Amino acid sequence: MAQIGYSKKVMEHFMNPRNVGTIKDPDGYGKVGNPVCGDLMEMFIKVKDDVITDMKFKTFGCGSAIATSSMVTELAKGMHVDEAMKITRNDVASELDGLPPQKMHCSNLAADALHEAIKDYKGKKKSPERGSKQQKEDTRKDSKQ
Amino acid sequence: MPQQQCGFRDAKVKKIYLDHVSSKPIHPRVLEFAKGYLKHGYGNPSSLYSVGLEAKRILEDARIKLAELINGENENSIIFTASATEANNLAIRGTALRNVSKGREVAASTIEHISVLNPMKELQKNGFTLNLIPVDSMGVVDLAKLDEVLTKNTTVTSIMYANNEIGTIEPIREISTTVHDKGLYLHVDATAAAGYIPIDVKADGIDLLTLSSNDLYGPQGAGALYVKPGIKLQPILLGGGQERGLRSGTENLFAVAGMGEAARMAKDEMAQEARRLKGMRDKLIEEIVTIEGAYLTGDPTQRLPHHASFRFEHIEGESILLNMDMYNIQVSTGSACSSKTLEPSHVLLAIGLKHEEAHGSMVLTLGRSNNMEEIPTIVKAVKETVERLRKLSPLSNKGVM
Ligand code: FES
Repeated sequence: MAQIGYSKKVMEHFMNPRNVGTIKDPDGYGKVGNPVCGDLMEMFIKVKDDVITDMKFKTFGCGSAIATSSMVTELAKGMHVDEAMKITRNDVASELDGLPPQKMHCSNLAADALHEAIKDYKGKKKSPERGSKQQKEDTRKDSKQ
Repeated sequence: MPQQQCGFRDAKVKKIYLDHVSSKPIHPRVLEFAKGYLKHGYGNPSSLYSVGLEAKRILEDARIKLAELINGENENSIIFTASATEANNLAIRGTALRNVSKGREVAASTIEHISVLNPMKELQKNGFTLNLIPVDSMGVVDLAKLDEVLTKNTTVTSIMYANNEIGTIEPIREISTTVHDKGLYLHVDATAAAGYIPIDVKADGIDLLTLSSNDLYGPQGAGALYVKPGIKLQPILLGGGQERGLRSGTENLFAVAGMGEAARMAKDEMAQEARRLKGMRDKLIEEIVTIEGAYLTGDPTQRLPHHASFRFEHIEGESILLNMDMYNIQVSTGSACSSKTLEPSHVLLAIGLKHEEAHGSMVLTLGRSNNMEEIPTIVKAVKETVERLRKLSPLSNKGVM
């Protein structure tokens, strides 16, 4: 049976989202979506020895978008970046005890934003001379999925 | 959406229902009046034996009450349907198809309900010309444009009495003059307006008018179409020829009887109830627009007395709805995220809002259960909701660190 409405876990994350905010000088920054079609998500990560030590998000979107961003920060924190790259939208949705079908695209966004932040981090590692500052323009260039 | 017992939502907090435009509870007096017909109303109004005659009498009584609410010529001008959607379909398809010899053009405003716009688009697919009349930023129909596009081939023009999403009341009398000057029939969807503002089909110059039972605090499952005597339309449901042949199918006696009683109550109590609601509405608007980045949508004065609609910058409507529900306050939104199609409300786009502006919409519609004492609680919940969601939003610079 298709799920009607949100699970308790979604509502719990919506009401008490974890890791809200921004990080100054993040090691990786990802931004996906577009306010014109409704969704906008920003992810900030701090990385040490390729392990995500801290993570923050900001989201403009529906309840599901907020809950999935919160959940993805919980999942990815403490993970090796290569492992975190493998987190899928289904992982996020199932950790939240499922999402209504028309809301799956919001969890896509959360996984994408995380992956963008990791890619940004990896890019900076390769060319450290441009890596120290949060560079929105750079991340935007390769933020297509 | 299921009720959630988490966050700071306390089950003991009194419910404040503010979505009367979507659905209303049956009024207890209406239920009291009609419930007998649910139990015993098995007579078919078309049958001649006594039980059938009793059913027929109930039906005619309801017809009279509805005609009185809108000052219709007589009870024969009321056709019962199963919903306002069906009445809209009958009005539009019924007149357009019946009058093809007079022309193949139809017109509607861009902010009509989907149950008006979709039959219009269906006609368009079948070779009719559809003219959509724009509205201004308040949602008022552009009269000059209406005058410009209507021709003698325009058989039906559909303009709503008042809009359900932004509360704006249309200048129906002026619209009627233009329609009858240029085209043929004016259909008015009065679903959102009936029971809140006086409607007089004769003085207003209306040919066809849609009413909904539930919007008058009647049971769901009934609607009605007023058809001015002499108007030519054809049925869209064929069968046993009930409702003067215009709508076949045995009438839903319980719902129709309830709708009639709801109409009588609305007529008797409208003036007083509208005054009460307007006081609350004005207070709500006054307080909520003081929030930074909060704007009223729709016309500030030509407005339904129970309707307060807003948009908030940088936040999204579905999350507003969920957050308000945590205070046990039920509201609605025209946000893309809350719609099946993930498209923003066509009404909000029609009044010129950008997608991201339409995103932050919240609609509050007051009703009989509400009272002035609730207003501070509502305002506080709205303020806290907006503040919390803005802290989460990347578009707002009020970040938390
Ligand atoms: S953010 Fe728009 S549907 Fe989830």
